[in-house]
Amino acid sequence: MSFRPDIVIVGAGIVGAACGFELAREKFSVAVVDAAGIGMQTTAAGMGHLLVLDDSEEQFALTRYSLSLWNALAKHLPPAVEYSRCGTLWVAGDEDEMAEVVRKHTYYGERGIQTEILDAHALREAEPALRRPLAGGLRVPGDAVLYPPCAAAYLLQRAAELGAKIFLGKAVNSIRNGITRLADGTVFHSKFIINAAGQFAPKLTPGIHIRPRKGHLVITDRYPGTITHQLMELGYLKSAHSISADSVAFNLQPRKTGQLLIGSARQYEVADGNVDFAILSRMLKRAMEYVPSLGSLSAIRVWTGFRPATPDQLPFIGPWPDDPSIFLAAGHEGLGITTSLATGRLAVDFLLRRASAIPVEPYLPSRQIEGVTHA
Amino acid sequence: MNAESKRSFDVAVIGGGPAGMGAATVAAECGLSVVLLDDNPGLGGQIWRGESGSSKHTQASHWFDRVGRSSVEWILEARVFQVGKGHLSAESPDTVHQIAYSHLILATGARERFLPFPGWTLPNVLGAGALHSLIKSGLPVEGKRIVIAGTGPLLLAVAAYAREKGAQVACIAEQTTGAKFACFGLSVLLVPEELEEVWQLAWQLQAVPHWKNCWPVAALGKERLEAVRLSHHGRIREIASDYLACGFHLVPSLELAQFIGCAIQDGYVAVDENQQTCIPGVYCAGEPTGIGGFELALVEGQIAGFAAANRKDLARKLWRRRDAGLRHVRALRRAFELRDELRNMPQEDTLVCRCEDVPFGLLRAHQSWQSAKLHSRCGMGPCQGRVCGAAAEFLFGWSNSSVRPPLFPVRCSSLAEMPVETIPEIHEGGSK
Ligand SMILES: Cc1cc2nc3c(=O)[nH]c(=O)nc-3n(C[C@H](O)[C@H](O)[C@H](O)COP(=O)(O)OP(=O)(O)OC[C@H]3O[C@@H](n4cnc5c(N)ncnc54)[C@H](O)[C@@H]3O)c2cc1C
Ligand SMILES: Cc1cc2nc3c(=O)[nH]c(=O)nc-3n(C[C@H](O)[C@H](O)[C@H](O)COP(=O)(O)OP(=O)(O)OC[C@H]3O[C@@H](n4cnc5c(N)ncnc54)[C@H](O)[C@@H]3O)c2cc1C
Repeated sequence: MSFRPDIVIVGAGIVGAACGFELAREKFSVAVVDAAGIGMQTTAAGMGHLLVLDDSEEQFALTRYSLSLWNALAKHLPPAVEYSRCGTLWVAGDEDEMAEVVRKHTYYGERGIQTEILDAHALREAEPALRRPLAGGLRVPGDAVLYPPCAAAYLLQRAAELGAKIFLGKAVNSIRNGITRLADGTVFHSKFIINAAGQFAPKLTPGIHIRPRKGHLVITDRYPGTITHQLMELGYLKSAHSISADSVAFNLQPRKTGQLLIGSARQYEVADGNVDFAILSRMLKRAMEYVPSLGSLSAIRVWTGFRPATPDQLPFIGPWPDDPSIFLAAGHEGLGITTSLATGRLAVDFLLRRASAIPVEPYLPSRQIEGVTHA
Repeated sequence: MNAESKRSFDVAVIGGGPAGMGAATVAAECGLSVVLLDDNPGLGGQIWRGESGSSKHTQASHWFDRVGRSSVEWILEARVFQVGKGHLSAESPDTVHQIAYSHLILATGARERFLPFPGWTLPNVLGAGALHSLIKSGLPVEGKRIVIAGTGPLLLAVAAYAREKGAQVACIAEQTTGAKFACFGLSVLLVPEELEEVWQLAWQLQAVPHWKNCWPVAALGKERLEAVRLSHHGRIREIASDYLACGFHLVPSLELAQFIGCAIQDGYVAVDENQQTCIPGVYCAGEPTGIGGFELALVEGQIAGFAAANRKDLARKLWRRRDAGLRHVRALRRAFELRDELRNMPQEDTLVCRCEDVPFGLLRAHQSWQSAKLHSRCGMGPCQGRVCGAAAEFLFGWSNSSVRPPLFPVRCSSLAEMPVETIPEIHEGGSK
């Protein structure tokens, strides 16, 4: 094949799509290769909640930056992407969680994100379907929701209009020293290769620490107006933080179609994608504790997906020390839809050797090696 | 929230059509405890639905009577939404039934295939089977003009019934060729049990134009159907009509069998001579093993029931009748094979998925059902792709072998109350 791209991107999930979009906009010649189609792996399984999150200072910086990029892009997104700026409502069950609401409000405010504290009454007004009593909540109005596979398709369509070439149904066997070998025998030579293979990234770049973290979701029939914000329990933080144990948390999303998407569950060390009825049951019961009327709504489908998780819950974005032709953009765990656009920007900044809007060091893959040597 | 009932049976039969009634009855007569589940308010399946012991159909009244006298326990309006090893869950309007079983008989029947063409979503354009049931439950059709289009013997049955109720059947538009249809007619004449029925049909329909090589090009009308445009031997005809009843033969309901990992061969559940699937103790009878009509369904059901009761001697006595029926299956398949031109019926803006309003043009860009589904939402609605999936399979050659839970939409509370032991053995073909 005579086509010689500057950059080959392996993976047409949301992360690979965002990289393709940002690179094509900067006039790089780009090839995007995916073994399946656009957004058919983890991106197809995700919830599509775009949110600012404060598990760590670094996570906050990345999510805030990326959310600002999404919100700037919002007016261009076609209806199929189902972008809706519904905001997040963090629900506090008791006074302890209410204290967390206040802390979060201050933390976000100090970093330029406006939020609003709701007392029990205001919470009831905002979301009448929630059970009573509840202590209150925190509204984050800038958060949004979209439909990830169509968002990935939109980004790649824009990239293609700018000259990117997209190869679907083509598996990559290996990437090394600027050479990408496809299973069908095609070979690409390029200056850089971006590994955006999500949970499969370690197969192409052995040695990176990404583990699949299984999740379950349930989608209902259409019940428009049941809720208007993405609802999350503050206990979510407790469960999402536990690295090893299985956990469930109340996480309910209103889709533009009127459907409700019910999450969430996290499991490590489960390799098969089968529905696990024990954890599904826990997840649904948790959701029904918060929104009792959910029980009588019709569930259409249940599915599972694997989040690409790293040990420190931050993605790998940057050059791979063992092979300078390889740039990693993988390991976005449960926030990859949100942080995809920022990832694309950081990749472009690196290639253009220009300064980034946020410090890039926390996401560099070299931290993994340092972590090992320091240990 | 949900009342729950937990029971245990030797045999669970899913589907209360002829196959399921036959299977359940003989298994119970052999002394087994049997539960028969169906999601309709009455037994009988597609063909005998809404009838009872007083049916004028002799076979129907025989089986309604026999199942009534047996020890079969039937549970109606119960939809089986989850099946695992030795365990199944079914939802009724106010209960979840948790049933433990030793033998499972799948008799889930078939449904009509719809193919999209411009105007097919207009009011008064219906499935042939749907019109049949509507008339049965009281829709007045006296003096109404009806066009019946599609393919398969069902069209004749529906036409005869509509005429009997006073409708004026303007024509039957059959897509297959005259030669293929004639071959089929001959093959039917070789089955003595069908002869009487065939003569009756022919008699009732002698005044109705029966066009071969004919299919709908468009359903026309503003608020509702006013006329049907047909392609007939390459010419376009327009026929004023109050109703258009369409059906492109039947597609077997395989979801349940696929879900638990039964092998599928040539589009049907693969079974041995005793109707046992590749999973020991799991049997399948009726339309899912081959579209062959209610007589065959009854025979297959009885074979499965006897086999489950370990009365292979009695099962064996029915093999010959079943094998004759299977010849009929092949004859049907050949005669009513869909012609390629039908793939040109939809236009760019013709909806293929009615639940999610997905037009033909949007689907064509995709390589697979999975990709089309993900990006266009085709098949993501409450029918779970049961209607558009069969259409897409014909139009684009896409197959969909991955069936995810729940098998039917169910209340969230029913899913939440699933016993943990019912973890199914899912054999998913896909990448996930
Ligand atoms: C249940 C669940 C809920 C979630 N909810 C949210 C949420 O609300 N908000 C949020 O921001 N994030 C959420 N996420 C996380 C988000 O979905 C992921 O972080 C994100 O989709 C990861 O995208 P990716 O492009 O890295 O991976 P993927 O989407 O998996 O893309 C990787 C691509 O690489 C391709 N590939 C892999 N190997 C090869 C190879 N050798 N050759 C060619 N191609 C290859 C694959 O086919 C695939 O298309 C959720 C995840 C789950 C599972
Ligand atoms: C309108 C019409 C007219 C017909 N006329 C004739 C005719 O004249 N002559 C002829 O030979 N054949 C005719 N047929 C075909 C005939 O109906 C079938 O051959 C016969 O009914 C097949 O029997 P079965 O038991 O295999 O399936 P079905 O009768 O389809 O029964 C299957 C039953 O299982 C139920 N079911 C499926 N899945 C589940 C689940 N998960 N949980 C609970 N219940 C479930 C279904 O609702 C259905 O009641 C006609 C069909 C139709 C639609």
